[in-house]
Amino acid sequence: MNTLSAVWTWLTTAANWSGENGVWNRLEQHLVLTFSCLVISALIALPVALTLGHLGRGGALAVNLANIGRAVPTFAVLVLLLLTPIGRYGQWPTIIALVLFAIPPLLTNAYVGMREVDQSVVRAARGMGMTGTQLVWRVEVPLAFPLVLTGIRIAAVQLVATATLAALVGGGGLGRIITAGFNLASTPQVVAGAVLVAVFALLMEGAFELAQRCAPGWARGRIR
Amino acid sequence: MTAPPPDDCLARNDWICGDYLSTRRQILLDAVGQHIQLTVISVVLGLVIAVPLALLARRRRWTVGPVLGITTVLYTIPSLAMFSLLLPVYGLSATLVVVGLALYSLTLLVRNILAGLDGVPAEAKEAARGMGYGPMRQLLTIELPLAVPAAMAGLRIATVSAVALTTVGAIVGYGGLGNLIYAGMNSFFKAQVLTASVLCVIIAVVFDLLLLGAERLLTPWRRAGRRTRGRTRAGAGAKRLVTAGRRT
Repeated sequence: MNTLSAVWTWLTTAANWSGENGVWNRLEQHLVLTFSCLVISALIALPVALTLGHLGRGGALAVNLANIGRAVPTFAVLVLLLLTPIGRYGQWPTIIALVLFAIPPLLTNAYVGMREVDQSVVRAARGMGMTGTQLVWRVEVPLAFPLVLTGIRIAAVQLVATATLAALVGGGGLGRIITAGFNLASTPQVVAGAVLVAVFALLMEGAFELAQRCAPGWARGRIR
Repeated sequence: MTAPPPDDCLARNDWICGDYLSTRRQILLDAVGQHIQLTVISVVLGLVIAVPLALLARRRRWTVGPVLGITTVLYTIPSLAMFSLLLPVYGLSATLVVVGLALYSLTLLVRNILAGLDGVPAEAKEAARGMGYGPMRQLLTIELPLAVPAAMAGLRIATVSAVALTTVGAIVGYGGLGNLIYAGMNSFFKAQVLTASVLCVIIAVVFDLLLLGAERLLTPWRRAGRRTRGRTRAGAGAKRLVTAGRRT
């Protein structure tokens, strides 16, 4: 009970929200980091996945990347990158680690989405005389879109979580409120930070859920 | 810096260092022990909670939505926040890490056990009923064994993720090899960070292979039909991978 009220007091204190170490600044850092990394990893992963999916090669690569990605601790990669020469360039270790971990879900989902397109539809499109490029953009990508979107959603939520871990190696973001709380041995601040991070992650998930619900039918995979 | 101190890899702070392995053997063994202990206890705890939840969701269909919803919400929470949220309840203890990791494994385990139970062919259940099996005997001898492959797929993913996630427990001082990584980061001790990271991956791979072996032992009937059914099973595995994200 005591902790709960202390957490509430922390959250309702205006001083904790403003300034360099305040919630708003940390939230902004978190958002910028998440979205820039999402864009970078999508720019890397999606072209590769769509090409491989269209050609029907590299399935083993996609699945193995996803499996290896699970076994490697994000925290370890963050620290390893921090200790290499890259570590001297501010945010770069964090960005590289985040991008590395966002690529597997994007790649796997887009690849599987492309492969699961009904082959009779592909044959019909070829029969109509579509070229490879036309086939990709007019048939395969629209049909694979729901799974590609799921991949982006998983990557985004994962990025929010990983951006939190960046605080452990001295990066910015909402995780910093938690680590600062640990350093101050202030349980209310730790818990308040955790609540903020959890709410942010759930909001991200919820926003994607909502976007997918409101999206036109073809983006949800209704039309087959 | 050059002549007086011994010119070994520890002094040079190399990434790969044999002397580190020999001089810190006990520290490394202790960390590996703690890491394995935390992982195994949390996954077993997750399993103990997940099986009844899955059976409940199967028996009373209306509970499927809430059970999957709540476990998915838990799965969305970042690990650093999860461990911190449990802090007032468990304090700085190993229990905190175990409970956090067990909560994460719930989603994967419940989903996969449910998928396995749902995938039991209706004919098998009808045959069992025809032979006079009661609901309990049918569950224990027909449905659960046939659900093993799907459940094991979930268990393997949950275990491998738990090995990686345990490192974050370093924030409360119970992170197994994560403790060494954390300490190595603060002292710029490269060999320690790299060795601990590699050991984490090795532990994950060993667990995965052990569970794969256990799965083969538990499902001898699948080896006979592997040639004919292998293709469809592989496809189902790929689909499952797509829907489950990774924990960080």
